[in-house]
Amino acid sequence: MSEAANDVVITGVGLVTAQGVGNDAHVALLTGSERDPHVDARTLAPYPVHPKPEIDWSQQIPRRGDQRQMGDWQRLGVYASGLALDDAGLKDDAEACAAMDMVIAAGGGERDQSVDSMIVDAAAERDDHDALVNEKLTSELRPTLFLAQLSNLLAGNISIVHKVTGSSRTFMGEEAAGISAVETAAARIRAGQSTQALVGGSLNAERADMLLLVEAASGAARGEWSPVWARENAAGGGIVLGSGGAFVILESRKSANARGATIHAHLSGVAGDRGARTPDRLAERMRRLAEETGALEADAPLVLSGASGLKDITRDERAILGDLFPHAPVRGYGSLTGHLIEPTFPLGIALAALALKANAAVAPFDAENEAPMRVPAKTAIVTTLGHVRGEGMAVLQAEDANG
Amino acid sequence: MSTSRYTDHLGRPLVAVTGIGVVSSLGSGVADNWRALTDGVSGIHSITRFPTEGLSTRIAGTVDFLDLPAENATERSHAMAAFAAEEALSGSGISSAFGGPLFLAAPPVEPEWSQRFALGDKAHPAAGEADAYRRFLDVLKDAPDLAFRESILFGAISERLADRFGTRGLPVTLSTACASGTTAIQLGVEAIRQGRADRALTLATDGSVNAESLIRFSLLSALSTQNDPPEKASKPFTKNRDGFVIAEGSAALVLESLEAAEARGAEILGLVTGCGEKADHFHRTRSSPDGGPAIAAVRAALEDAGLDETGIGYINAHGTSTPENDKMEYLTLSSVFGTALDTIPVSSNKSMIGHTLTAAGAIEAVFSLMTIRTGTVPPTINHETPDPAIPLDVVPNVKREASVSRVLSNSFGFGGQNACLVIAGEPA
Repeated sequence: MSEAANDVVITGVGLVTAQGVGNDAHVALLTGSERDPHVDARTLAPYPVHPKPEIDWSQQIPRRGDQRQMGDWQRLGVYASGLALDDAGLKDDAEACAAMDMVIAAGGGERDQSVDSMIVDAAAERDDHDALVNEKLTSELRPTLFLAQLSNLLAGNISIVHKVTGSSRTFMGEEAAGISAVETAAARIRAGQSTQALVGGSLNAERADMLLLVEAASGAARGEWSPVWARENAAGGGIVLGSGGAFVILESRKSANARGATIHAHLSGVAGDRGARTPDRLAERMRRLAEETGALEADAPLVLSGASGLKDITRDERAILGDLFPHAPVRGYGSLTGHLIEPTFPLGIALAALALKANAAVAPFDAENEAPMRVPAKTAIVTTLGHVRGEGMAVLQAEDANG
Repeated sequence: MSTSRYTDHLGRPLVAVTGIGVVSSLGSGVADNWRALTDGVSGIHSITRFPTEGLSTRIAGTVDFLDLPAENATERSHAMAAFAAEEALSGSGISSAFGGPLFLAAPPVEPEWSQRFALGDKAHPAAGEADAYRRFLDVLKDAPDLAFRESILFGAISERLADRFGTRGLPVTLSTACASGTTAIQLGVEAIRQGRADRALTLATDGSVNAESLIRFSLLSALSTQNDPPEKASKPFTKNRDGFVIAEGSAALVLESLEAAEARGAEILGLVTGCGEKADHFHRTRSSPDGGPAIAAVRAALEDAGLDETGIGYINAHGTSTPENDKMEYLTLSSVFGTALDTIPVSSNKSMIGHTLTAAGAIEAVFSLMTIRTGTVPPTINHETPDPAIPLDVVPNVKREASVSRVLSNSFGFGGQNACLVIAGEPA
């Protein structure tokens, strides 16, 4: 593949997951063979969750005042985005940050569960529910909490803490938000409308109010943890959420070369779509995405799947991946990080970039359902199927495979 | 091959608007809205959707005339967006599947309190501190509720619109707070300029007024508390302005490359010729005191349109009626336009329709286009006590006939969001 000035390359990765903080922890995951899913079975029992690792927030959010203004969802995102800026060598480059574009994939923020519980409990004793809401919210809500809840305030906090201010766009819509964020930022770079973009998102999964979204449709796995491919017959709906943040710096090749940046990988294709989820229609759409992104032409690729573990759709995805890429080893990273909803796709892209850069033959995350890799791949394919809707695919190339 | 007739000063495809649609507290449809807006009619009223006793703000520009399948923010936002899109598509003459991408600015919704109470009714009694959501999970574990889930999924509105209008690919649902509508248009413009699409459906909608949203903004001291009479509360650029009036609405713009629009013989309503944005790192709710980021956003929009400060004939202000915004917006405009500002009318649609939050940028883009098309500048109503520190020509109280060929439309939001558009008349 020939190189072009407007190629989209990845020059920074910032990760926080149950597997640890930073790139070293995640490179170790990709190059090693020990597999510990880091599951907390107690906090939300009977629902398992992948908790956030131990984090010293002040490493990326130096001001205590800033830390206090955020919920953990935002702290995770601000932290991981700081790691990505560090990794790209841009953290202290005020000029670059002031010109940098930002596309964030965000869900809703975090509710004050004590206030909400207080109101729900009081409602059991009273009939005038509307008056109750007015009375309690007026007296009990902390004004700043609203700002910890607004979807675009993760981006706002990144601007405040890291001074990334070229542009700020927040996409919503569960997994599709992360797919569109990567797609939109990459399209701008390819068109010469942007040179550097910070893209990603975060989730604080250790909260009952977050799980509500999944369990409203019986989507949450219960009881003992198992890998995503093994949940079809396990208790509950299959999704184990995970706390974390995943960010990448996308950059034009010209800009990366000009400043002598280390390129992790080349993002050669990315596309998303949606539609009916019948197995045939889904397979058709995934094939089209594979054609559009160049995934079908990949020689001996590694497939990093963001499968959520949700029953039926995860089984369908596995069958489709088997048809499209029959010889490719598949790794369901959600088995070890949990499902992060919005940043699922950026997380896959970040892991793919690290795997290609490390030239890693990635050992199975699930020895029973994933084939071993004998040699490192030069191409990685990232897939995300939203747990309700939306599908995305990306293709990344190792740098030394180019030119 | 494109000729220069179809490209802008940077050689990019020109982006035409071929369809518009609006819903606001003033009514449904562009014609009704425009008539009321130019007549200086206010859509602000006392809130009837929920009891307001004990609340410091009891007025809003809610949209209460829709039939909804369920009373929640998602259904209301969807219904308004679908109406606006229908109107815009019908006006554009596109009757088959749209075939281009969908960009939707939508409010970040959360469960309504009525939904929490319904879950609470079915739940076992509290067994510990702050355990309401644990008990809700127990209820849902045994009795899943797909309608409830759909009402709190952020991707739910665009999913239905994508199916109904036959848009292509993965729709983008976005929030840049009070700049969201502008960002949706900007994304559509970019997709066409990139050659990724010949047409884009850009929508913004907000039907999220409920007791909690009102109280939250109230606790931030952002809302006007001058409840009586409601229609006088929103008074941008006056000395006694005391906050914005929360409101609902929706707008749709069908964007097409000028070349594709002309090729199919579409009526060209105008062009979106410039988009500019710049984030602020000063504070979560307040703008940089020097106006730097807002100034940069305005300048970026002008530059993107290939204009200098003499190129704008009317400014559709963000003009929220908060002490902070209006002061900052004046600082921004006077910094960018200098003495040229003396001869540019600047009015705020929010004086009549209130602040439609997520939808504001798109609604105001539609009204900006109508200003150019009709030669009528809508007024800033309730302008009885001008703020001497803001010597703008705000088109006080009564509309004005003026020939305008290019409009700057501003949007500024919490979280450091600043985004501006330049909208122009159809090419000669």
